Order: sequence, then C-alpha cells, then structure tokens
Amino acid sequence: MAADQPAIRLTGLTKTFGAVNAVDGVDLDIAEGEFFSMLGPSGSGKTTVLRLIAGFEQPTSGTVSLFGQDVTDRAPFDRDVNTVFQDYALFPHMSVLDNVAYGLRVRGMPRRERHALAREALATVRLEGYGDRKPGQLSGGQRQRVALARATVVRPKALLLDEPLGALDLKLREQMQVELKELQRELGITFIFVTHDQEEALTLSDRIAVFNEGRIEQLGSPAEIYDKPVSPFVAAFVGTSNILDDTLSRLVLGRGGIHSVRPEKMSIGREDTAIHTDREVAGVLAEVIYVGSSTRLIVDLDIGTRVTVLEQNDADRVGEDERGSRVRVGWDERDTVALAAAPIPADDLPLLTRPEPATR
Amino acid sequence: MRLSSLARGLLAAITIVVLAAIYLPLVVVLVNSFSTSTSLTWPPPGFTLEWWVKAFGNAGALDAVLTSVQVALAATVISLVLGTLASLALQRFEFFGREAVSLLVILPIALPGIITGIALNNAFRTILGLQLSIVTVIVAHATFCIVTVFNNVIARLRLLGTSYEDASADLGAGVWTTFRLITFPQLRSALFAGGLLAFALSFDEIIVTTFTAGSSVKTLPLWILDNLFRPNQAPVVNVIAVVLVLVSIVPIYIAQRIAGAEKIAR
Ligand SMILES: Nc1ncnc2c1ncn2[C@@H]1O[C@H](COP(=O)(O)OP(=O)(O)OP(=O)(O)O)[C@@H](O)[C@H]1O
Ligand SMILES: [Mg+2]
Repeated sequence: MAADQPAIRLTGLTKTFGAVNAVDGVDLDIAEGEFFSMLGPSGSGKTTVLRLIAGFEQPTSGTVSLFGQDVTDRAPFDRDVNTVFQDYALFPHMSVLDNVAYGLRVRGMPRRERHALAREALATVRLEGYGDRKPGQLSGGQRQRVALARATVVRPKALLLDEPLGALDLKLREQMQVELKELQRELGITFIFVTHDQEEALTLSDRIAVFNEGRIEQLGSPAEIYDKPVSPFVAAFVGTSNILDDTLSRLVLGRGGIHSVRPEKMSIGREDTAIHTDREVAGVLAEVIYVGSSTRLIVDLDIGTRVTVLEQNDADRVGEDERGSRVRVGWDERDTVALAAAPIPADDLPLLTRPEPATR
Repeated sequence: MRLSSLARGLLAAITIVVLAAIYLPLVVVLVNSFSTSTSLTWPPPGFTLEWWVKAFGNAGALDAVLTSVQVALAATVISLVLGTLASLALQRFEFFGREAVSLLVILPIALPGIITGIALNNAFRTILGLQLSIVTVIVAHATFCIVTVFNNVIARLRLLGTSYEDASADLGAGVWTTFRLITFPQLRSALFAGGLLAFALSFDEIIVTTFTAGSSVKTLPLWILDNLFRPNQAPVVNVIAVVLVLVSIVPIYIAQRIAGAEKIAR
C-alpha cells in the first residue's frame, strides 16, 4: 500500500433511482486523516454518496476504492469503514454496553475482552456508568455519543457521519462539534461528515465538497469555499451573498459576468457621508434587522436590486428609525468575487440575496 | 368526542344487543354442560357435574383433543418458519412479481374454506397420490395459518425499517448473524402473537379439515360434529365445546395483551 494512497477514492460514481440521478458522476479523493465534509441542500445526494461508500447501495456505474482496493462489489460488512447514522440506529433491545460491543462481538471477541474495550470507548465519549441502560433511556446527545463509540470501537479506517448532529439543539450541537473534532484528532482517522449546515461544515472541516443535484459544485478548503465561491449556487448556499448579474455588473463594475460580494464586506452610510470605498451605490434603507452582535440592513439600490449589508453594532450605525431614508452602500474591488459566468437558472436564485437561516 | 345523552344511550343499547347476540349462546352452552337434561332443553331442569366427568373419561373425545393439539402445533410451527421467511423475502428484497407473491400469500385466508378443502383434497389424492392422514390436515391448515404469522411479521418488519440491519452489517455482521442478533429478537413478540393466532385458527377449523382428514383422523371439531346429534352424547359435546371455546379464546387474549403492552412500551 503506497503511503500517498487516498483513504477513499470515488471515480465516476453514479446512482440513479428510476428517473432520478441521485449521484451524477462524482470523482473524489479523500486523504487519510482528513476531516472531510459534504455540504449541500436537501436531496443533493449526500446521503446516497455515503451509502455508496458504506456499501448499502450499489452504484449504477463508477467505483469506490478504500485504501487502494476496489470495494465496489463488496458487502457492507466487508468494508473497513463505519457509519454513524442520522437516526443513530442503536439496537433498542440491547444495553448501551452491548450496543458498543456489538462490532467486537460479531468479530468473535470473548465477552470479557469486548466489554472492557466497550467500557473504554464509552469513557472516551464521557458516558462511563451508562453501560447498563437501554438506548431508550438516554437523551439525544447521549445517544449520539453511544453511536460514535459503537462505530469507533472497532477501529475503522474511516468514519462516515450522516448529519449526526441534526437532531440536537443549538447548544448541544456546538458542544458536540468540538467533541467530534477532538475525537477525530485523537483517532487520527478519516471523517466524512455530511451536513446541510454550512456553518458546521466551515468550522469543522479540512476540506468541503459542496453538492448540488448529485454533483460536486465546488471542492476546497473552508476559506476557499467561503471567499472564492466558483458559482452563484455556492455563493448563495454557503453564507449570504449579494449577487450582481451580468447587467448589474456592467452597470456598477463596468465589466460583464456575474459577481458576488459578502454582506460583511459592504459598508453603509447616510446619504451625506462619504464611505471611502472603491464602489458606491445609492439606495433606500428597506429593513433593519438586529441580530445580536451585529445588524443586518437591507437596502433597495437605485439600480434596481436589493442587497444585504452586515454591520457591527456601534454607536454611530444607521439606526432602525432611519428606515425609508436614503443611504449609500459601498465595497472594495478586492472583495468582489467573480463567479463563473454560467447563466443562473431562474428558479435557483429567486432572490438576489438569500436570507441567512433564522437560527444562526 | 361529545355525544348527546340520547345518542350515547342508543350506542350503548346497540353495543349490548350485538354483544348479547354473540355471547349469550355461548353462555347457554356453558350452562347446558352442567344441565341434568340430555336434550339441550331450556331452562335446565337441574345441575350436575356428570357430563364433565364423562367427558374426561371419553376416549373418543380425548383422542380428538390430542389430535387437534398435534395438528395445531405442527401447523403453527410450519407457519412460523414459512411465514417468517416469506415476510423477510417480501419486505427486505426487491424482485420481480413481489406484489403478486404478497397477494398470493395472503389469499388463502380469504378463500372460502370449502374451495380450499376441495382443491387440496384433489391435489393430495389424485395429483400427488397421497393417503389422507394427519399430515395432509397439517399441510392444509398451514396454508392459511401462514397468513397470520406473515401479517404479524411483515407489519413488524415495516415498523422496524432497515436501519438496524444496516447498522449491524456496517459493524461487520453477516446476513445470518444480523438475523439472529438483531432482527429475530425484535420479531419475537410478533412471532408469538402470530403463532398463537395460527394455533387458534387451526384448533377450531372444520371445513378444510373435513376434506383433508380422511376417515381415520378425528380432530376435535370433527368429533363434535359427529356426536352433536347422538342423543346421549349431547351434554358431553357441550362440555367439549366449552373447552374448545376456552382453548381458542385464551391465545387471542394473550396475543392482544402482547400487542397492547408493546404499544405502550414504544
Ligand atoms: N431509495 C431511494 N429510492 C428512490 N429515490 C431515492 C432513494 N434514496 C434517495 N433517493 C433520491 O435521491 C436524491 C438524493 O437523495 P439523498 O438522500 O442522497 O439526499 P441528501 O443530500 O442526503 O438530502 P438530505 O439533506 O435531505 O438528507 C433525492 O432526490 C432522493 O429523493
Ligand atoms: Mg441525507
């Protein structure tokens, strides 16, 4: 086995269900020890890719290789990867300890030994003393940690996690994110993490693949994905973006193509104050939304589009009482990202700016 | 839901009439089994335990009970095995004609017993060239007893979904290990309930049995039918009927209790 062998290699991976192309020609190399995230909207094929890697689905075409070995035709129990399921799938008729020890049991390890290892694994997820309970007697976060312990106790070479934090509340979620990251560093194995939460993907991952309709739309580090989105889809899906279409780009920037500017890169000022940026456009303040540490201001520009500006809260910011007054919005040339000049399908981007999810 | 007192009274009355129509005749049989009259006269002129004593000394009746228990047990075991396999195949695997097979498995319970009986009689004797015996009765009963097991198990499999089995395979377990350690333990109560129903169904079956038993095999229902109109046997038949009712009701009661308990546990 060569040292630079990718942990997981997908080539031309395609899966169709009837008329639906759930996964549509995915090529991907994931390195050993990498924390890799798959990010994408609902139905974009993330789960299907994971199930193809684990072996629960057979690809329509293409191959799955694990550490240089083609495993496309192997059954799930014959692959060196383990899955943490979205619904955890803890066996309800077994105690927590037996759940964690299950993978060792089917490998024929004697009871005493496997229980000792299972207890150790429970300790690493800080659940010592819970071994005798049934899964039904645990909270959501505890179940999630049991699922983690169960999947990692057999020392897989890669761990597949399908939205493992989806069912948790915000506080627990943030806490579990930290624990996941620590666990991955401890074990030193590849994590493939599926989520539709862009913030989660950005904070946890070494690399991210953004999925759209069964294809990888962009592959890169969190910073690349966020700062240099390659398409309007990525710009709009990862965070909030103000997108200037071809016409508006010509009008404001003096050149064609599609461009995006992040709300936090934009500045806003009252009509009579200068804001000292490369670009400046006038408009009317339509809405002011207070979001704790900052304020989101929505402005209808005179050139016929609506943008979102994110401002840190300080004493002299444009206030809520100024709704309806005239303002100026500006940004610097270096914060203008040129997106691939692909035409935007109208129904993909109904609004010029996508509002951020309310819970963030 | 709120009902007017008139509607409530009406509903109560209808319920009482329906239940009475079903259960009063059973009470009559019970009472008659203690009656001093030999000809099913009503009201009973006096009370005696004579028939109960006689029934338990009646070789024909006891033989019939034994035969029925054997048939029901064997048919239940066959149904448990085949019903489980069929439901696993139909619920867990995709194949051509799955819907059709599913219908074919359930159909025997809806077919008129007399049709099943004649068809099986024909098949056993003329096509397969078999002597009618206890074995043919068992096979015949299994054809419709499978349905109760199948229905119970398939409903459970649907409820369980495949994620536990996926998780088991993911952790390294082969197909058989997964069935033994994961699927079967979660099917146990469904199998028990289905098996009890199958037993009860077989125990009091008469039409199909008539056509598949030949003259040498007497199940309990057949024995009752034979003896009901013999003047001196009528009271003994009442006793046996009471026993038969009890044997049929108890499993259904237990099966219902299990189903109820599981609903609460979930
Ligand atoms: N077993 C199946 N049969 C038919 N279609 C399926 C099946 N599994 C997935 N699909 C379809 O494939 C597409 C991709 O589904 P997938 O579950 O991979 O999406 P996802 O990215 O995981 O979405 P989510 O974020 O909602 O979990 C969807 O259109 C879905 O309807
Ligand atoms: Mg999914």
